[in-house]
Amino acid sequence: MSQSLGVVTPELIPFEKPLKLERGQTLPRYDLMVETYGNLNANKSNAVLVCHALSGDHHAAGYHESESIKPGWWNHYIGPGKCIDTDRFFVVSLNNIGGCSGSTGPLSINPETGKAYGPAFPEVTVLDWVHVQARLADHLGIHKFAAIVGGSLGGMQALQWSITYPDRLESAAVIAAAPRLTAQNIAFNEVARQAIMRDPNFFDGNYADHDVIPASGVGLARMVGHITYLSDISMGEKFGRNLPREDRDAEGVNFAVEQYLRYQGKQFSGRFDANTYILMTRALDYFDPTLNESIALSQVLRETRCKFLVLSFTTDWRFSPSRSEEIVDALIQAGKPVSYARLESAHGHDAFLIPDATYERLFKAFMSRVYTDLMEAS
Amino acid sequence: MISHFYRIPAWIANNARVLDLGCGDGRLLAQLVKTHGIHALGLELDPDKIATCLDLGLSVIQQDLNRGLSNFNDQQFDTVIMTQTLQAIRRPDLALSEMLRVGREAIVTFPNFAYIRNRIQLGLAGHMPVNPQLPNPWYDTPNIHLSTFRDFEELCQTLGIQILDKDTSNLSGKRTWLGTVWPNLFGEVAVYRLTKEL
Repeated sequence: MSQSLGVVTPELIPFEKPLKLERGQTLPRYDLMVETYGNLNANKSNAVLVCHALSGDHHAAGYHESESIKPGWWNHYIGPGKCIDTDRFFVVSLNNIGGCSGSTGPLSINPETGKAYGPAFPEVTVLDWVHVQARLADHLGIHKFAAIVGGSLGGMQALQWSITYPDRLESAAVIAAAPRLTAQNIAFNEVARQAIMRDPNFFDGNYADHDVIPASGVGLARMVGHITYLSDISMGEKFGRNLPREDRDAEGVNFAVEQYLRYQGKQFSGRFDANTYILMTRALDYFDPTLNESIALSQVLRETRCKFLVLSFTTDWRFSPSRSEEIVDALIQAGKPVSYARLESAHGHDAFLIPDATYERLFKAFMSRVYTDLMEAS
Repeated sequence: MISHFYRIPAWIANNARVLDLGCGDGRLLAQLVKTHGIHALGLELDPDKIATCLDLGLSVIQQDLNRGLSNFNDQQFDTVIMTQTLQAIRRPDLALSEMLRVGREAIVTFPNFAYIRNRIQLGLAGHMPVNPQLPNPWYDTPNIHLSTFRDFEELCQTLGIQILDKDTSNLSGKRTWLGTVWPNLFGEVAVYRLTKEL
């Protein structure tokens, strides 16, 4: 029977060695906020790295306080007896650099100025995150991950791992991802960024100096993003043309869906840093293992040595199934072991976070096999 | 119901690259991985069956065979297998050509519509056959392109496909002497090993 991990405690791990970033700048030092679940075995072969998406963080599973009602963002899929079974695997989850949940990012103090980085925080890329994650693995004594898994932007990190460190993972699960963004994807991110940058409280990213946050811009960015994470069907089912509920502050709100989006926007702007949002969307925009089509994706993936599971969701229009199939086809062309399913779901891009029996069955079968192979190898 | 697979292992080379179209629960591929060390890939539509394949450690892609095999390279596989699926495909002729584009050899099994029991049900009783070999009623069946061994061999000739080997059996995989002498009348299931004439 699967159950929850209960209360989990994050740990802040300092890294003092400077990090040269892909786009040229150097980060003199950084901290990583990390959560781990389960136990690392004696030969340190059962580690699974979980990579987070745009607005996720290190808190992937369990609860931070015993009374808390909101678990980590992938709690349904990580825990004892679950797809990523913490009775079998040692799960590592971190907040990526540039984030705003404890790892070094725009809110952190720049040792060179004694002030928060703010908009001066260097641009980071998916490749930088992967290098940082590899350093975290070194710190934990993990040479090779049994699996690296992630959805959306997290799936892109798993894919990048398979290319950059082919000898350091046995398997990769790339869920609701894409090999790179389309013009439409970049356009959505640009609207979100513009919403933030045009907020009078943004001050070119120096809002901390003015003791304000661009809450309205961040909220609007989230509202746009949220629409693209859902589907027409799921919004129709959830809200239809219903009128707003009266029990919420609903000034000028005409429909329930408006109330919902405003609520989501407001919640998000209270917890998420504007500079981080801009930085994360840029990392998404620039992710492109084909280096602007200078190399075919199948050629890039020829270097990989892990087993792949690729999953997509039928109503996902942010990263549609055909984008996942580009990855699958390239892996087939490269002659790599890959399994793929296009899962029926009404939940759009967000489906990768939501409980679903078929999704669970496939994900669990893949992870169980990863574990079986691990046991047979040792 | 996999007994008609019994000839297939003999036609597979060790360490071959094998693609199974409509691999189902992956039993055939898993067996060939064990006995022949093949590099296996399956295509299957049903997520439950895909999960069973994953349990067995197989690589499997959810793909509709009616959409073709355009995502595969020419001659990417040594052998492409299709068991009891040809009759359910929209264009069996295109499927056969595609199989021999992506694979050096193809192995195909399908039910013989000219099997004597079917002839009796259709010819004497005047009904579309419903029996253990073809269990579905005509209005709800995946089998939209039923053919006979003779039809199939004519199609191969038209497509320039060479029959390297063939065998017929009854449903439980047993060879019968009648089926060997008059395959188109007494063979229930056929297994063909094909290649493209150069």
